[in-house]
Amino acid sequence: MLDGRGSIRRRAGARLWLSALWLALFVLAALLAPWISPHDPLAQDLMLGRLPPAWMAGAEPGYWLGTDSLGRDVLSRIIHGARIALIVALIAGTATCLLGSTLGLVAGFYRGWADRLISRLVDIWMAFPPVLFAILLIAVLGTGLTSVILAIVIIDWTRFCRVVRAETLNQSKMDYVHSAKVAGFTRLRTLVAEILPNVLPTIIALLTLEMGIAVIVEAILSFVNLSISTDQPTWGGMIAEGRTSIHQAWWVLVFPLIALFFTVLAFAQFGDGLRERFDPVLR
Amino acid sequence: MSSFLEIRGLSARLAGTGQRLLRSVDISLPAGSVRGLVGESGAGKSMIGKAVLGVLPKAVEIIEGEILLDGQDLQKVSPGERRRLIGAKAALIPQDPLTALNPSRRIGPQITDRLVDILGWTKARAAARALEVLAEVSIPEPERIMRLYPHELSGGMRQRILIASAFAAEPKLIVADEPTTALDVTVQKQILKLISELQARHGTALLFVTHDLGVVSKVCDTLSVLYAGKVVEDTTVERFFAAPQHAYSSALLAATPRHTDPSSSLKPVPREVTDAVAAEVAVDDTTWRPNGGVRG
Repeated sequence: MLDGRGSIRRRAGARLWLSALWLALFVLAALLAPWISPHDPLAQDLMLGRLPPAWMAGAEPGYWLGTDSLGRDVLSRIIHGARIALIVALIAGTATCLLGSTLGLVAGFYRGWADRLISRLVDIWMAFPPVLFAILLIAVLGTGLTSVILAIVIIDWTRFCRVVRAETLNQSKMDYVHSAKVAGFTRLRTLVAEILPNVLPTIIALLTLEMGIAVIVEAILSFVNLSISTDQPTWGGMIAEGRTSIHQAWWVLVFPLIALFFTVLAFAQFGDGLRERFDPVLR
Repeated sequence: MSSFLEIRGLSARLAGTGQRLLRSVDISLPAGSVRGLVGESGAGKSMIGKAVLGVLPKAVEIIEGEILLDGQDLQKVSPGERRRLIGAKAALIPQDPLTALNPSRRIGPQITDRLVDILGWTKARAAARALEVLAEVSIPEPERIMRLYPHELSGGMRQRILIASAFAAEPKLIVADEPTTALDVTVQKQILKLISELQARHGTALLFVTHDLGVVSKVCDTLSVLYAGKVVEDTTVERFFAAPQHAYSSALLAATPRHTDPSSSLKPVPREVTDAVAAEVAVDDTTWRPNGGVRG
């Protein structure tokens, strides 16, 4: 048993540190964007249009990842794009988590009419195709960062709600919940002090996953031009612009895509790694 | 003399199907004595323990009867009042030590929380008391154990902790719901001895739910034999093992494996006996099914 546990720990370690390293780079890039980006992300120079990355023939020194068709530096735009991605990941992810988890805990623990109401709501929500739902919401709310965050929360709370409800149901059947009842604790105290700590590892894993998903949803909305205004560089927006010149300048599309891919992957791996590392039960 | 726990004519049924779970059960438990509740699966023995502790599953409804805890009828007080009453006067030793401790919390607060939050003790007093009871159940290095998580301890250790926790607030009544079933046979014996010792020392009334007659003979003073939710025999342990009055009781006793004679085969309770007791217990009851019990 010790051996098995030890090996799990080691693997979780590598995964945790690699994903943490990428996320640290991501956060630093977002925080320090104005100081570390080599160029103004909005500065256009048609003379420098579609420059290839530094290691290819015809590259211009100082433009490490090349430029887009308007001559804007791709690296600088990716670094600035991390800001929007970070804001969306943190705020939308956390807000979605709070809303969904609270409803899930209430439904799973109190059951009865609250559970029926919340579960039906989840069923109805799940029947909407999420991306179309998002586009519809943005159309109603108007474009802008707040609308994007609101749209993500409104669409994705069900993800937390379903899983947290199921886990809460599971935990509620455990004898320790029974014992808490016999001991005379109130239901609310049992939920918050006994059940929540056991559901928390699941919630944290979901939260980091959701942060990744929030980044993707923002990118999708940027891609269909429904996110933030175009003078603010975003990864989704860059991918959408790069799409038109994929044959002449693939780097405009590929580098933001790589940034997006690794960030989403790192969020998910970070959550799983955290859970395996800190869950006392090591489920 | 009035008993600490007095159950009178308690009947319960399943809300949906109307299936009867308890049939006019009478049990009286004087302060400081031990009563065994025995019967096969689904006979309603756990159900009685749950009713006493106010933790019946929602699907079970009490039709009639009263449960008097220290003279107060639990059916007549408000749910909040009942919760505090039971929390202060009674405790549970649960069946499965592996799930009865919260896996995400350290041992210490799991013992002291109740003393502080329900009984209003100071934190220092509760911590001192926890150390005291842990030492009483022979747990080595109680200070260290209190900082550990349940998964860092063996099943036997966890059951000791649960016993310590049950006795921590000096309750007048403890319900032990098959406290040794989930344990190793070698550990079972120690745990039983421990429960007996603590019970005697603290003068706690003990309601001991079990299907093991061997356990009853070691721990209990009196016992109630249940079949299909009805008490078919209510007697003292001496009288029961000397000469059981009810045919079902004798058959149950005969079915207990004897370690002294390994060559003898196991004797199941004969069909005629179960049919007879079923007919006696469940007259005019179409809802009754053998082994149709509900687990909470």
